[in-house]
Amino acid sequence: MSDPILLPAALAAHAPALLVAVPLILSTVAAAQPSGRFAWALAFISAAVAFFCAIELFAATRGEYAIVSYAMGGWEPPFGIEFRIDGLNAALLLLLSATALVTLVFGFSTVEDEVDPDKRSLFYSAFMLCFSGLSGVAITGDAFNLFVFLEISSIGTYAIIAMGWSNDRRALTASFNYLVMGTIGATFFVIGIGFLYMATGTLNMADMAARIAELPGNRVVEVGFAFILVGIGLKAALFPLHLWLPNAYAFAPSFVTTFLAATATKVAFYVIIRFSFDVFAIDSGFVQNALTYVVTPLAIAGMIIASAQALFQADARRLLAYSSVAQVGYMLLGLGIATAAGVTAGALHLLNHALMKGALFMALGAFFYSYGVRRIDDLKGLGQAMPAVGGAFTIGALSLIGVPFTAGFISKFYLIQAALQNGWWWAVVAILAASVLAVFYCYRMLVALWVNPKPEPEHLPNGHVRKVPLTILVPLYVFALANLYFGINSEFMVDMARIAAEAAINGGVGR
Amino acid sequence: MPEFLQQISPAFALILAGVLALAAPSNAIRKVLMIAGPLAGLAMWFMVREPGVYGLVDIGPFTLETFRFDALSRVWALVFLLISFINGIYALHERSRWADAASLIYAGSAVGAVFAGDLLTLFFFWEITAIASAPLIFAAGGAVARRAGLRYLAIQVLSGVLLLGGAALWASQTGSWSFGGMNETGVFDLNSAAGIAILIGFGIKAGFPLLHMWLPDAYPKATGFGAVVLSAFTTKMAIYALARGYAGEEILITIGLIMAVFPVFFAIVENDLRRTLAYALINQLGFMTVAVGVGSELALNGAAANAFVGVIYMALFFMVMGAVLRQTGTVKASELGGLFKSMPVTGFMGVIAGLAVVGAPLFSGFVAKTLILSSVHYEHLTLAYFVLFFASAGVMEQTALKVPFFAFFGQDRGHRVSEAPVGQLVAMGLAAFLCLFIGTQYQALYGLLPFDIDYKPYKLDSVVGQIQILIAGALAFAALIWLKLYPLRGDRTIVDADWLYRYFGDGAARWFAAMGRLFVSWTEQVLGGVFKTIGRSLFNVFSPAGALSKDFPSGLMALWTAIMLAAVLLVAYFSPV
Repeated sequence: MSDPILLPAALAAHAPALLVAVPLILSTVAAAQPSGRFAWALAFISAAVAFFCAIELFAATRGEYAIVSYAMGGWEPPFGIEFRIDGLNAALLLLLSATALVTLVFGFSTVEDEVDPDKRSLFYSAFMLCFSGLSGVAITGDAFNLFVFLEISSIGTYAIIAMGWSNDRRALTASFNYLVMGTIGATFFVIGIGFLYMATGTLNMADMAARIAELPGNRVVEVGFAFILVGIGLKAALFPLHLWLPNAYAFAPSFVTTFLAATATKVAFYVIIRFSFDVFAIDSGFVQNALTYVVTPLAIAGMIIASAQALFQADARRLLAYSSVAQVGYMLLGLGIATAAGVTAGALHLLNHALMKGALFMALGAFFYSYGVRRIDDLKGLGQAMPAVGGAFTIGALSLIGVPFTAGFISKFYLIQAALQNGWWWAVVAILAASVLAVFYCYRMLVALWVNPKPEPEHLPNGHVRKVPLTILVPLYVFALANLYFGINSEFMVDMARIAAEAAINGGVGR
Repeated sequence: MPEFLQQISPAFALILAGVLALAAPSNAIRKVLMIAGPLAGLAMWFMVREPGVYGLVDIGPFTLETFRFDALSRVWALVFLLISFINGIYALHERSRWADAASLIYAGSAVGAVFAGDLLTLFFFWEITAIASAPLIFAAGGAVARRAGLRYLAIQVLSGVLLLGGAALWASQTGSWSFGGMNETGVFDLNSAAGIAILIGFGIKAGFPLLHMWLPDAYPKATGFGAVVLSAFTTKMAIYALARGYAGEEILITIGLIMAVFPVFFAIVENDLRRTLAYALINQLGFMTVAVGVGSELALNGAAANAFVGVIYMALFFMVMGAVLRQTGTVKASELGGLFKSMPVTGFMGVIAGLAVVGAPLFSGFVAKTLILSSVHYEHLTLAYFVLFFASAGVMEQTALKVPFFAFFGQDRGHRVSEAPVGQLVAMGLAAFLCLFIGTQYQALYGLLPFDIDYKPYKLDSVVGQIQILIAGALAFAALIWLKLYPLRGDRTIVDADWLYRYFGDGAARWFAAMGRLFVSWTEQVLGGVFKTIGRSLFNVFSPAGALSKDFPSGLMALWTAIMLAAVLLVAYFSPV
């Protein structure tokens, strides 16, 4: 590892382990706390530690094909568990920890508002489990270890989604459904790993890749790939395996929705890239064909159908959840294009989508905090009542549409370019069609927000209006302004995505 | 004069003035900016420079050409700068920060779009005109204006999206983002999806039939000043883009003829006089579109000349109506009449605008319109020639007589108001002077046109022919009035193509959504049924009972998972090693 830039060298050397271990260990401490605020502080500390470690790892992987390999407990790979970071997952780790940090500030007020007092420390404990699990999935270089972290994150996620029950009891069924479906996905994934283990005799991903390369035409490997793609596709909400997502996003506490929308499906998307490009070789026929003939059509179907479904939702968060399914379609389309430009566009949209949905869900959280409203009809006139929040929401919505000078425009532009390089003009048509649908569903919300007089206080669902505290406004504007900043000054994001794509295609774990 | 100013597009002078106006603390400073900005732009336009491409900006892999000063672009830019100066004077009595700033930025971006040498720059300014013009509609206040403004904004942005999509396709096919070379016209063709997408993008702003609905929808709902500004830029900018991109495409002749004719009927029955003017505007655009479609040098000169004079006389007409709206609070034909006693100067201006619109000899419309008629005649497009002939008579009848007649003459409705404020009168006077000046000193206009021209508009046959048209139109109007056959005045909803997007579009969206839901439930039922009969065991393995119900989609999900697994396995099985 190169010279550390933030942390002392002794800590920097163990940054990969600390990134995952600190939240994991502190989550047990948080669970034993009676005070929700203290648990919040622990979560914040663990996210901050992870953020610093992620910056360290990010800086260490900027070089060409730079890889940080960390042997867990001193057991050298391929026998021990290896944490392996390259340009691809370093970017994801940075996104994950930065999102966790910013949304935790947002959570300070909204969790107190939406979660029962005696459940708050458990809530933060589960959140830290989820966060460390997601980081673990992103960081590990061991296929079975990846499954373990996937389950850790899933269990944490089920718990924090269910915590929305005090506002809406449907959170319980949403969480239970997600549990059932997530378990199917995880089972598929572990079956796939089992097949690969049978064929190769190893669990280390780099080692596995080297051995798979020696087994062309092996049916066991192909079956393993099929199970892994479908299992993780479910976690990534690949259409039509997205059915868990709308309810889970719509009924979870605002904080959870924001965090999950910005991170959870992204991590699964990363796993698809990692396996399709690195563990399996993209130039082998079955991977190429699966991406072209299965993933791409589903991605496009998802873009169009989920956008159309979004158009007719009554609940604002459900609308955005369906929009998320459509956005996953954009990312997977980039993957389906399977060129460097395509993966760059997909990774770029992954990063930018986190920014826009972060801003949008936080703004909805703020509306709920002040006025207790979730339905689009109830947003009427709130733009005039809360111009600051309305403004941030508008920025997020414009970015979601892909208006120039917002982050959303940049990633769509790159995606269209990548599709055109492949001569996939029909994909461009689909992107534009889905964008037009996005214009319509954003228009619906923006009209409700702005084209109505301020609501009368006596018509409020819960009788009084609460002022939005700075702990909500600041993180909201961090996301909203990031949409504008990275829309104008796109180089940082584009470079990050390009290095990530190069790492996926050329470097990777094996080669 | 500093050298570097020659290199900078006048667009930026206007946009800078607009941004300053947005931040300006007082109304007085804004008014100074409203006049100084266009004047600075005009000064920059008149600086001596060779035709060429200036203002190159490197952004990543692209080189943006922000200032292509050639024979075609300079005509449009000059009239945009002139009219924004006149608008600045007209707006002296307005007090709206948003309208002031928006009108400057809007005008500046229209100039920028005309000077754009590549498609990305064009797209950039194209979208800014959309965004910057919307506040002029919103400024009217009220829910109707806000809704109309949002509809307007949506369709204008859509035009930009089409332009960008088409441009990206075009660039991928040709490897170049260039929007033609110097003095090049007819850059695109209609043999590719790219060409068609860009044409539709241009066509939305040019008011092509069925794409025109935003125009009579939005313009009458803007403020008085807003409609003046709106009438000048968006549509003429689109005509420029059409001339640059599609000169000589024959389909444009047909499209233009339809545009020239159909508004005549709508305008006759329309009660809102500004909506009448919006239809007259589409009629004018039809003439220009025909000229672009003909594509000869004379025809393109005609399109440029018509755009030049059209900007001025339509703005004059909207200024007159803006003044009427300001003084009386209405522009409905059924509520106006006899205003000439109260507002004689404004009424006089209205008559001049009417004569210019119909192309009466000695007025600017004549010297421009004869170019188009001659070019159509020279190409032996007899049918087109007669259709334009009819449209000219129609526009005489529907606009030039109807608007001044119902507003200033006709039955007195008892409005006793004062004359329009001095600034507005000065602005109208300037525009009216230009109408007359160009009509008589036509060499000044002809010298500006893109191609060299040796043409005498005042020939016996064309003057007599034009007067015949006018008399025919006037007679028809007089007969209708005298026989009391003129369509009843009063508020009516006239079903135009905006019905398509207000009702049909909305209905179609709902229909598709309903179909989508049907499809989803259909797949649930059919797949469920299929699996119940042929694959019950598999179904039972993956799904708890009743799992297809909506709130418990896990069963359906499991089914999908199985189907996807099967699909991937099949693909993998049949893939080459």
